[in-house]
Amino acid sequence: METFMIIISGVLYSVATYLMLSKTLLRIILGTALLSHATHLMLLAVSGLKKGAVPLIGAGAKYTDPLPQALMLTSIVITFALTAYILVLAYRTYLVSGTDDINKLKGSDHE
Amino acid sequence: MNNLVILPIAIPLVSGMLMIFIRERIIWHRVISLISVAASAACAGWLIRLNQTAGVQTLHVGGWKAPFGITLVADMLASLLVFTALIVSFACLLYMFGSIGREHERFFLYPLVQILVCGVNGSFLTGDIFNLFVFFEVMLIASYVLLGLGGKRRQLKETLQYVLINMTSSTLFVTALAFLYSAAGTLNMAHLAERMAEAGQSGPMTVISILLLIVFSVKAALLLFFWLPGSYGAPPAAIAALFAALLTKVGVYAILRVFTLIFPHQPQITHTALIWMGAATMILGAFGVVAYKSIRPILAYNVIISVGFMLFGVGVASQAALTGTVYYLVHDMIAKALIFILGGAMISIAGTDRLQDIKGLIHYRPLLGWLFFVAGLALAGIPPLSGFVGKVLILEGGIREEQMAVAVIGLVSSLFVLYSMMKIFVQGFWGETFLSEGEQHDTGKSALLPGVILTALVIGVGIGAEWVLSMADLAVEPMLDRDLYIRAVLRAE
Repeated sequence: METFMIIISGVLYSVATYLMLSKTLLRIILGTALLSHATHLMLLAVSGLKKGAVPLIGAGAKYTDPLPQALMLTSIVITFALTAYILVLAYRTYLVSGTDDINKLKGSDHE
Repeated sequence: MNNLVILPIAIPLVSGMLMIFIRERIIWHRVISLISVAASAACAGWLIRLNQTAGVQTLHVGGWKAPFGITLVADMLASLLVFTALIVSFACLLYMFGSIGREHERFFLYPLVQILVCGVNGSFLTGDIFNLFVFFEVMLIASYVLLGLGGKRRQLKETLQYVLINMTSSTLFVTALAFLYSAAGTLNMAHLAERMAEAGQSGPMTVISILLLIVFSVKAALLLFFWLPGSYGAPPAAIAALFAALLTKVGVYAILRVFTLIFPHQPQITHTALIWMGAATMILGAFGVVAYKSIRPILAYNVIISVGFMLFGVGVASQAALTGTVYYLVHDMIAKALIFILGGAMISIAGTDRLQDIKGLIHYRPLLGWLFFVAGLALAGIPPLSGFVGKVLILEGGIREEQMAVAVIGLVSSLFVLYSMMKIFVQGFWGETFLSEGEQHDTGKSALLPGVILTALVIGVGIGAEWVLSMADLAVEPMLDRDLYIRAVLRAE
């Protein structure tokens, strides 16, 4: 199961990299979102999935380490807030400058 | 256990949240901001006192003992930096009152500054590396909004770039932490340091440390600084001053902490990389200060040069170099805030930041000119001002460890700093003024009070170097003898 998850996360990393290298703002933002998903998946996988036990000591011989899930949850909340913010920011940039092409945004700084 | 440790984090957080509920009462915002920062600074001052008398202070949050819970650790390094950061924020707040305008103030400027300060203090004080990530994000999220506040085209563009770069590097940070947790089984910094000392720093661990180095380099503008000049040039001067004083320094602190506490065992790889990255940063920064002819980019590239210089000190990692680095960090926070505030005042008076259009400001505001002159000398490291002692110690450490080439680069980069400062001073303040009476865009008076306070600090830190160095020595102690830190966290009664 871990191997499978790692492969999935690798695929997500490459897709995210591809998207982030494109020129449209929305694609880049989707890329960052996928990048964080890939990381979260990997965080869960490298810490060991421990097949099906509850995260409580004493509930049985096996137990799952709850920390990776806590870390993931924290990170997901942060990425969620950031994605929301950057979507608004990108929309605003689109309204002000009339383009969502990164190359055209460069331009001169004179307002 | 000492509850005082959490106050520099909790006070700004609570007052920031409080201010959101009284949005229209700007006067109250100002009063609460100042009280909050002053109260936190008092707590930090008290922590410094405790560090001098009783050693490292820790707080196991919620009563969960390390390494299971999150520990806040106030050793001298953390307390000193928190104290300096708060003093600098106080001065920046004073400048904001007079310069930033009602629109910014109405749209949650002061609450955001408080959250930023909370994140900065948290990053300094935390003893858990995942918690460091969280406080980094608190600080960065506040900075994203502060950068974009105002919504001009240029600001939006720079904010987008800044947010995307930091999101990517934060994701890398989590990736590195995932590797670290699976390899070491803990995220508490003291516990990590202990494990690393017991088991040795194996190859995979060094790879993880390099990954962390890349992440922190983006935040600290070490070599990966391409985002910095743009984003520090976009927001109003008061906000840029706050950023220049605090944000990159948190990155420098993170590198300093991680590579003296957790990963000091493979210096031939990690520390060599640090030294040469520092050298490259100084060289490229020096190109920057020479190439530009506007105030903001020149100041931004000065930030980059000093980051390179400090990380040269971290890379050398001898006692003299580390003491110098800590001292220089304190100096740099004060001096960078000062120079950005004064530069901001020049821009606001002249209405432009192109040097060729600014002239003769000394007739209009002599005090501003002389403050700028002193600040420029301090940045370049002229004795007896504050930059001098730090530079001497770092260079001494570098030469003792036979890093002659980089030490020379450091010295030459100081000359470039001096050249760029004098370029601004001579072109901006000397000569006949272009502006006739009443044509000034702004009086520039709002920069005088914070300017005088910070200049007094720059002179004070330089003349009272003995006193500051005694604190820097205490700050370096746990870096050289890691057991001091580990014992204080893991084996506290």
